[in-house]
Parts: sequence; C-alpha cells; structure tokens
Amino acid sequence: MISAGIDVGAKNIKIILLRNNEVIAREKILSGFEAKENVVSLYKKILEENGISQNEVSSITSTGSGRKEVDFANMSVTDVTAATKGVTTIYPSVRTVIDVGAEEGRGIRCDNNGKVIDFSINEKCAAGSGAFIEAMSRALEIPIEDFGPMSLQSEKEIPMNAQCAVFAESEVVSLLHAKTDKKDIAKAICDAIAARISSMVRKVGFEKDIAVIGGVAHNVGFLRSINSNLEAEVIVPDYPEYIAAYGAALITE
Amino acid sequence: MAKEFWRWKEYNWKNDEIDWKSGSIISAGVDVGSVSSQAVILVDGELFAFSNMRTGSNSPMSAQNAMNWALENTGMTLENIHYTVGTGYGRVNVPFANKTITEIACHARGANKMYGNTIRTLLDMGGQDCKAISCDEKGKVTNFLMNDKCAAGTGRGMEVFADLLSLPIEEIGDLSFEVDEEPEPVSSTCVIFAKSEATGLLRAGWPKNKVLAAYSSAMAHRVVSLLERIEIKEDFAITGGIAKNSGVVKRLEKELGIKALTTTYDTQIAGAFGAALFGKALVEKERK
Amino acid sequence: MIANYGYKDGSGDFFISIDTDKCNGCGDCIPICPANVLEIRDNEFDPLAEEKMAAVKDEHRKKLKYSCAPCKGDGKPLPCMSACELNAITHSW
Repeated sequence: MISAGIDVGAKNIKIILLRNNEVIAREKILSGFEAKENVVSLYKKILEENGISQNEVSSITSTGSGRKEVDFANMSVTDVTAATKGVTTIYPSVRTVIDVGAEEGRGIRCDNNGKVIDFSINEKCAAGSGAFIEAMSRALEIPIEDFGPMSLQSEKEIPMNAQCAVFAESEVVSLLHAKTDKKDIAKAICDAIAARISSMVRKVGFEKDIAVIGGVAHNVGFLRSINSNLEAEVIVPDYPEYIAAYGAALITE
Repeated sequence: MAKEFWRWKEYNWKNDEIDWKSGSIISAGVDVGSVSSQAVILVDGELFAFSNMRTGSNSPMSAQNAMNWALENTGMTLENIHYTVGTGYGRVNVPFANKTITEIACHARGANKMYGNTIRTLLDMGGQDCKAISCDEKGKVTNFLMNDKCAAGTGRGMEVFADLLSLPIEEIGDLSFEVDEEPEPVSSTCVIFAKSEATGLLRAGWPKNKVLAAYSSAMAHRVVSLLERIEIKEDFAITGGIAKNSGVVKRLEKELGIKALTTTYDTQIAGAFGAALFGKALVEKERK
Repeated sequence: MIANYGYKDGSGDFFISIDTDKCNGCGDCIPICPANVLEIRDNEFDPLAEEKMAAVKDEHRKKLKYSCAPCKGDGKPLPCMSACELNAITHSW
C-alpha cells in the first residue's frame, strides 16, 4: 500500500511517499506565491521519478498551514497531529515535541500512546519562528546554513533587548557597528529564540524525551541553546523538516 | 549608495515674536526617541524654538545635537535655560537634563497644551512604539498602554514598507489614496509576515499604491484595536511621526468614527513639549 | 490611573493592568511571583505624585507572554492576582 503525506508550510512544501509505512521518497519545493500549483507539480514529479501512477496511491493526507490548498487529498490533519504522529512513530519514548517552522513554533506534550495532551503555538509573530533567524542572518549578512555553526564558536552571553524581528534587525546592526563579533551575535540570537520557544514548552509542562523537528532543527546553535535552557539533550530525527509530512502519510482513513 | 526612501527631513524652527530675554522661566524638554529626537525650548510656557532630527547611534550626542540645533540663531545658550527635562526611550542619555520623566506623562502634558485641555485620548505613533493615553483636563494620565514590543503600528513598520515599495515616506500617505478602490487590509499583523504578503501582492500584479493602501488600512485597524483597551473618548488627537501620514490617519478616523483634532504645532514635538512644561512647573515649585 | 504593561503582537494581547487608584503599594504581589515580574516603584507616569505603586519591571514588559507562561498552563488562579486583596491587578489573557 502506498500513501502520501503532503505538508504545505509557509515556506516549503514537503511530500513523503510511504510503501507499507516505509519511506520510499521525499521531496520539497518552495511554497512560493502559487502554493496550489506548486503542490500539484511537486506531487506529479515525485510520482514520476519513482515510477508510481496516481491510482497506486491509496491515501493522500495533507497538513501544514496551507493544507487546504491540497484539494486532491483524501483527508487533512493539523500540524500538531501530524508532527506528533511522525515523531512518536520513530521515537516512542518522546513525550514533548518542539516543532519550529518558518512562520510558527509549537510545543506539544503527548502521552505514551502518542496522544496529544496539550500544545501551545506561537503564530502570526515572527519572533518565535524560523523567520526570525532568517531576518537576522540577512542583517548579519551570513548564509542561513552558516548561522548555527558560527554561533557554536561563541560562549558569550549578550542579551538581545528586542523581541520583534524588525527591531532586532536594528539591534543587530547597532551591535555590528559597535564591533561585536558576528559569532557572538549569532549566539545571542539563538539564545533569544530558544528562550521564547522554551517558555512555550514550559507552558505545556514538558517531559522527557524531547524531540525537535521543523526546519529550525537544522540549526545546531538553536539546539545547543534549547538544550541548555531546558537542561535536556533533545533528539533530532533525520530530515526533521519532513516529520509532519511523514506523520501525515502515516494517518490514513 | 542606494536612495533611502524611509529618510524624512530634519528641521528646526524658532518663534521670532518672542523676546526670550524678557522671559521669567526658560525651560527645555528633550525627547530622545529610538528613531527621532526633539528639543523644545519654552519661554514662560510658550513655544520659543524646537528642533526635530533623527537619533544617531550615540544617544548623548543626539540629545546634545538636538538641543544645539534648537538653540541655533536664537542668541540663547544652554546656560540661559533654567530647567531641562529629558524624556523618551533615551531619556537617561540627556547629560544636561535636571530630571527625567517618562514619555507617557510628557505626551499627555504636551498634548494638553498643544490641543487644549479638552483632549481626553491621545494616540502617539512613534518610530518604535505606539502609545495610547487617556488623560484628564489637567493633562494627567488616567489610563495608558505603550506597545514597544512589536513593530506593527509603529513608524518603523511604515518605513519598512516605504523601503519595500521604493516610495518616499513623506508621500506614501497621499499615494495610498490613489487607488481605484480600497483593497482588503493586509492580513498579517507582523511586519515581517506582512512584508512577504505584500511581496506576493506585488508579484500578483497589484500596483504599489494599492499595496500601500492595504498596509495603511491594516495599520489603522491594528491601532484601533490598541485604542480599544483604554476606551476612546473625544477629544482625540494623534501625535508622532505617523500623525503626518494621511493614509493611516484618515483610515483610522473612518474606523473610529471620530475626527482627530489638528494642531498648528508639529505633532512630533508633543513629548519634548510636555517635558519642557514639566520643567516650567518644577521651576515654579522650586521658586515658591 | 490604569497602567497597562505589556503588548499586543500578531499572536495576541498580553497586558498586566494595575489600577493605581486601588494599589496601595503594599508589595504583597512581589514575592509571590515565580518569575519576579513585579516591583514597587515611584509613579513614573505622574512626576508630581508622591505615592509608590506596583509595576511590571522594565525587562519583562516586552515578553510577558513568556515570563508569565509557567503560571498560565494549569488554569489555576494567578498568584499575583490572588495575592492582591485590593483587586488592583488584572491580566488580559
């Protein structure tokens, strides 16, 4: 049996194909301004490349903030449901899921059956999402991939006063003017966003094990800051940005 | 260097009808905001001179520069001023101030003078904050909130849009009305997300003015929701840089169903004006 | 005076309001707050007033959503509000 999970995020569309619950393919593309068209073309592409015809796929489940764009899906589930399903299938010991995507951040607590007990979402404000780090990497003029590794070179603790990404950009520029090292600023930014995400996680009352997923899970600096804030050693699955798509693909009617 | 569309003009002004040498109390207020700084000099409570300029990266110098510029060609020097009050975000960085007072208190006091004592609700839209203040007939604060956490509804948010659309900040108010019909407001509150939304609209073929209209109306809507927390009572006035943006002001008035009072004073000097008025009151207290 | 400390951003309204006409500056709300958010200080909004009052500390004003999060999860009454016999403190969320 082949099933598909389609996660239409604010920044990227991710698709996963499963055969008998094993991953056979994964692909992503920028959501862009024509998410609906981009979903269709990515879906066609992934099927074609794997030699699978449309009617071989028995179930298509969509998730993500743009999940309604997938009008050919059999069902759609929330990000919280998909993320929890994806994580707890790989790591049954996980009780807390931290999911930080391009425009949203989530803290989810679940029980030993992978059932969601409570969650807290930061949305509609860039301060608690990947968009914050993106804006800061522009202000620092460093590629986003270098952000985490660069921040790991610093042990300094510089407080960031601004919460808002727009104001934080100006603060970063002032810090650069004051000849502050870029690596120290990068760490300060990781610490700031980790502090915001951690307090959201505390609100749902976190329990170990803790997993971090979403695109921001690639940022090693953010992970270090989260670990030190929560006094934990978080688990990061391979391809963390695909976990919601994976979870969605596992949920069939 | 690329043209900076967000950059507005700095200027100073003096009242030639006042002979300061015959004044009894000369007081000054310096408002060091995050984006702009103003210095106001009063002679017996009447506006004698002021300056309005961008805040540099060094606050003490910004305060000094603003003061020097207000004093320019007046024949007055710092030594002639009896009392100086510092206010605003950078108020601790006014080295020559006798005292510092919060901008909330100063704005209420300044507006009471600039608009008259019937003023009850004041909206100050500054560069990096938005303040909603209720006050009584004496200019005393009765209810307030200050939002300086989020750029939405601040001058900085508007600057981001001026830059995105490559339109001069001083013209965007009028330009936002040059549209065939009023569009739906931009749906994101967050400036970062609104910016990506606007980029999408431009790509979908919207003219710049229409995008501007959509953002101006989102901003007006956002500010109205802030004002609701303190209850809006007439008379109502708007101060700060955004008061000069008709695109936001007219949409705001429409949504509130209230017209904002106008003043012949520069709306950006309310804080410094109030600070200078407190300075006068404090001199009177000392002289008693 | 009603002093509203906090903010509104895309994600919601996060204000702690203190009614300074009710607040007598007793300070009962200070030690009970696990995040140490409140303090007793001069009335910074009325420079001619003499009384002291409870206020939200500067460093918490832009992050109340996060500072107060640990007290908000379980639906129990908030310690700061319960501690104030004069009912001078309210939360907007």
